[in-house]
Amino acid sequence: MSTRIIEVRHGILKKNDELAARLRARFQEAGVFVVNLVSGPGAGKTALLERTLAMLRPDYRIAALVGDLATENDATRLARSGAPIRQISTGTTCHLEAEMIEDALDGWALGDLDFLFIENVGNLVCPASYDLGENLRAVLFSVTEGEDKPLKYPTIFNTSDLALITKIDIADAVDFDRDLAYENIHRVRPGLPIIDTSARRADGLDAWLVALKEKQRATPVPVA
Amino acid sequence: MHELSIAINLVEYVSEEAAQAGWERVSAVHLKIGPLSGVVSDALLFSFEVAAAGTVLEAARLIIEDVPIIAFCPTCQTEQSLPDTFSLACPVCDTPTPDIRQGREMEVTALEVHSADVHQEDAES
Repeated sequence: MSTRIIEVRHGILKKNDELAARLRARFQEAGVFVVNLVSGPGAGKTALLERTLAMLRPDYRIAALVGDLATENDATRLARSGAPIRQISTGTTCHLEAEMIEDALDGWALGDLDFLFIENVGNLVCPASYDLGENLRAVLFSVTEGEDKPLKYPTIFNTSDLALITKIDIADAVDFDRDLAYENIHRVRPGLPIIDTSARRADGLDAWLVALKEKQRATPVPVA
Repeated sequence: MHELSIAINLVEYVSEEAAQAGWERVSAVHLKIGPLSGVVSDALLFSFEVAAAGTVLEAARLIIEDVPIIAFCPTCQTEQSLPDTFSLACPVCDTPTPDIRQGREMEVTALEVHSADVHQEDAES
């Protein structure tokens, strides 16, 4: 028996990263802008998405994938918008992976879409490590969660392109310290754009849609 | 807790390499884990033991090197090592430093492998 030490350099999630890169190329070729919504459970991803679908639907072609460990409740709720929705049931897995996205897209003509939203599993830890091929990762953070959430879960904020404070309509009732929340977000991710929103009262949704449309326009178009 | 799925990815990768190179056993895996990778080392150690059972990695040691966060400070114009994950600011001048140069690593750096004693060519890839 001979023993050797072999030096390698291999990212553990390389398989996921490679698949995500292929998905990203596919999305770009199809001209669809993909948004990955991440947050803890109950921050309001589905409520935001319901509103977003309703507001974008007249002018844009939209679809959504919704990840949960179990139930199809979110998909049922979102399907009322009329947009094509698919539920990804992850079983015991606490996050979405690129392979689940690829499987869930089976049969969908991506070229017929302008936006694809992916609602990740409610979890502030694991989804941070998995690239899904998205163009934009938006992290939601509700006013009831405590202003120090970003400090406790730095990676999810650090890997996001945009932060949405949600449920801002009840901020006063829960003594939400907005300045402190902003400060904490910027400590773990200097310069991250933040939008205050309320899906119920529609606060900040215009700004969110403007940000989405701007980013979509800034994304390279497919080579004809 | 996504460390089990990470451990399974790791075991799959090493098993494939072993099958290709003809290693009989892999007794240790060296990893670099950055504080911004989202991986908890203890959870990974535990998950690895489970994932490795019955494979070429059975009973292998997982040796984790924790790497510090290094960011480029636009004010000092130099790379700085940051003490905390929860404050991405230059430790010298306190300028916020979003330009992360190291700290997201989650990678295999070395394998301790055992193969039968034959005149074997170097099977490294």
